[in-house]
Amino acid sequence: MRNSSLFLLFLVAGLLFILMTVMDAVSQQDMARESLKRRATLVSELGLSDLALSTEARYTRHLSLADRHSAFQDHPTSFDHFPSGSIFLPPLHLAND
Amino acid sequence: MIEFIRKQAYLVDFTLSSLLRRKGKNFGLLFVYTLIVFMLASVMLFTHSLKKEAGIILQQSPEIIVQRLVAGRHALIPADYIEKMGRLRGVTSKKARLWGYFYNPVVKANYTVMAPDHLVLTTTEVIIGAGIARTIGLDIGDYFTLRANNDTFSFQVKDILDKHSELVSTDLVLISQKAFRVITGIPEGQFTDIVLSVRNPREVRKVAEKLVQKLPDVRPVLREEILRTYDSIFSWRQGIVFVLLVGALMAFVIFAWDKAPGLSAEEKREIGILKAIGWESGDILRMKFWEGIIISLSAFMLGYLAAYLHVFYSSAVLFEPVLKGWATLYPQFRLVPFIDGLQIATLFFFTIFPYVVATIIPIWKASVTDPDAIMR
Repeated sequence: MRNSSLFLLFLVAGLLFILMTVMDAVSQQDMARESLKRRATLVSELGLSDLALSTEARYTRHLSLADRHSAFQDHPTSFDHFPSGSIFLPPLHLAND
Repeated sequence: MIEFIRKQAYLVDFTLSSLLRRKGKNFGLLFVYTLIVFMLASVMLFTHSLKKEAGIILQQSPEIIVQRLVAGRHALIPADYIEKMGRLRGVTSKKARLWGYFYNPVVKANYTVMAPDHLVLTTTEVIIGAGIARTIGLDIGDYFTLRANNDTFSFQVKDILDKHSELVSTDLVLISQKAFRVITGIPEGQFTDIVLSVRNPREVRKVAEKLVQKLPDVRPVLREEILRTYDSIFSWRQGIVFVLLVGALMAFVIFAWDKAPGLSAEEKREIGILKAIGWESGDILRMKFWEGIIISLSAFMLGYLAAYLHVFYSSAVLFEPVLKGWATLYPQFRLVPFIDGLQIATLFFFTIFPYVVATIIPIWKASVTDPDAIMR
């Protein structure tokens, strides 16, 4: 087979796979509807406010409830020492106050 | 038209043979290029899906959470603050909550301990998050221990929270209010915060303003602020994302730098020979255009597909150590794939366009010069 035909085949296969990711996303969104509803119900029942992505520090565990002094929690000149503090931005309502 | 397609097919044939002659260099280039696209696409897909999911599930979080601040820090709120708030128009319910954190030094894990009033739990019963159950190896009926104030408190696991909701509940420990007060030493009449329900979403901000006027030491956190926090999570300005973005941009600059100032002696010789045997400048430009397209398009397709599998089928395993930090508990979750077409189109444009341009410009310079001069 010619190189150009092989490349065309590769291109078509790649495009088909990309199209399949879109179809997969749509079908997974449909399948996840119930599961998302259950998660939302848990949030509503327990009054949860945050995602549990990082559990190491209170201000990254409950990002939206962090206060202005979270990063200086031990001493006025003590900077944030948890790695996740460099990943999550402080909540916007603190920055905009 | 058929003639045009046939000509392009021959050009692609020749380009691929030319690329395969420098296999090591070109496969290395493709690998690094794919890796950059993979990194950027992974961050884009992960961030967008996480934002969408957070937006859906946190839509049910409390309309207003009232915290008391003392010296700039969150402090306990007395129960009589509910009376002090008085009657606030639009507020349908006020509920004081008990919750806090607990560090278990044995497994080096932080728990979020809550005492919800709607669950019927005896003082020795506990409901735990799936992350805790997995980390400690607990099942329903097993005993879960908390050590506090030189005392050990044992609870029987009554239930484990749904593992599909780990993203919000992996570290939760639900116990009775009485047990919570005994363990934490929080006296009766004191609570962690107060939650308000507001009937009309448009009145929430007004209610918060009135609240702060009545009780100046409280801070209301609104649901819309929670949603905005997660809508801007992993914005390009912050830490690791910024480093990643700068790293990727620098890599693209290096690619362009490598291509733009000139060609290698071998490439120049190739162009000279092609011109000498009768190729036109336009043909050489077309060939190099195909070279740029073949490498950048392949890198985009492979990088994007690998990123999709990484984020949605391996639970973004490469991000886990970054997000986890020093924590022991980390949720096992599979994000629902939400794809932002505009983001992907932007990535496509920035992956393909600069590389093709950076490939064509120096070639154009070389292809318009005399073949004899190039070969010499």
